[in-house]
Amino acid sequence: MEIPYTVQNRPDTGLYNAKLGIWLFLASEVMLFGGLFSAYVLLRAGAEPGMWPHGWLNVTLGTVNTLLLALSAITTLLAWAACKVRDFGKFKFFHACTILLALSFLGIKSYEYHDKFIHYEIALADGTFADGHLKEKSADFDLKKKTGTVTIEGHIVEDRKELMDLRTEEAKKAVHKEIEIKAADIKKMQNYGPWHNTFTAIYFTMSGLHALHILGGTLVIFYLWGPGSKMWKTDPERFTNRIEVSGLFWHFVDLVWIFLFPVMYLT
Amino acid sequence: MSESEKPVSFQSYVKTCAYVFAGVLIATSLMIYASFLPHYGWPTKVSIILTIAAVNAFLVAGYLMHLLSEKKLVYTVLAFTVFFVIGLAGLTLWAMSDFPVGTAVH
Repeated sequence: MEIPYTVQNRPDTGLYNAKLGIWLFLASEVMLFGGLFSAYVLLRAGAEPGMWPHGWLNVTLGTVNTLLLALSAITTLLAWAACKVRDFGKFKFFHACTILLALSFLGIKSYEYHDKFIHYEIALADGTFADGHLKEKSADFDLKKKTGTVTIEGHIVEDRKELMDLRTEEAKKAVHKEIEIKAADIKKMQNYGPWHNTFTAIYFTMSGLHALHILGGTLVIFYLWGPGSKMWKTDPERFTNRIEVSGLFWHFVDLVWIFLFPVMYLT
Repeated sequence: MSESEKPVSFQSYVKTCAYVFAGVLIATSLMIYASFLPHYGWPTKVSIILTIAAVNAFLVAGYLMHLLSEKKLVYTVLAFTVFFVIGLAGLTLWAMSDFPVGTAVH
């Protein structure tokens, strides 16, 4: 069965069906991320003074990811342009670049997530706070039974507020060293996962949802680069439209990151 | 005719992409620079950074997504989207200062 308007534009809409479909889908995506950005503004504006984190995310890694995604948006467009000029070799090359750039983005994101999961804030019995990356837990470490020790690479602060803004001169001067803490001296120990505070919750929600979009887009692009590219031989026009539609999705994912990066990493 | 229906010159696309990437690079650098500016309050910094981000988004949407030369229906879909997003965000923010008496927690 031949599906109409997969290549030719419909006379009433002026677009082929998939293109109208992807724009409607992107509109719903704008609503989804719009809701989450609104939630972010709500949480940020409602935070107690001095209790919203600054400098918790690695700006260098965020910048590298921004450029990787911008480059992948460009290679996606060039892959489509290659299809338009009927150069299948160039299409293969540029789409392979997109896949590699997307995987690099996800690799860096995974590293950032891992870094947060091994980063602990430990409330000590004397009222101070130890903060740093987990190095080692002794074999008998048990927080409930209060046995064993934990070693972190970090520092100790008097007030929890000192951990909130890592861009201050005092925070930059803090000397990080190996600290061994007895379980008996620990009141509470928690890593910087989504459960840590409102900032990490919204950060993991928004960046996680964005990463899922990257993953989904990569799978589609991989399919079109690999097994799906068979269509090039039978219906190159329709295949080119598929590349355009997947490209529009990919550019949208880049657009979301263009706002996510400054909001999460820079403000 | 929208951009995607015009005959394509691959070289002109390479040139456009180079300009867009340079634009994204400059915009990203400016955002980072603005975020480290001393003597400016948080609202000023956020305004500057988000303005630059909007310019960055315009480059991607306008040139890479061909939004500068799309069909009327696409603009209509986007106009509705913008309307509803503003409504969604606006109502949420409005609700921030509209707690029923005795229920505000701060």
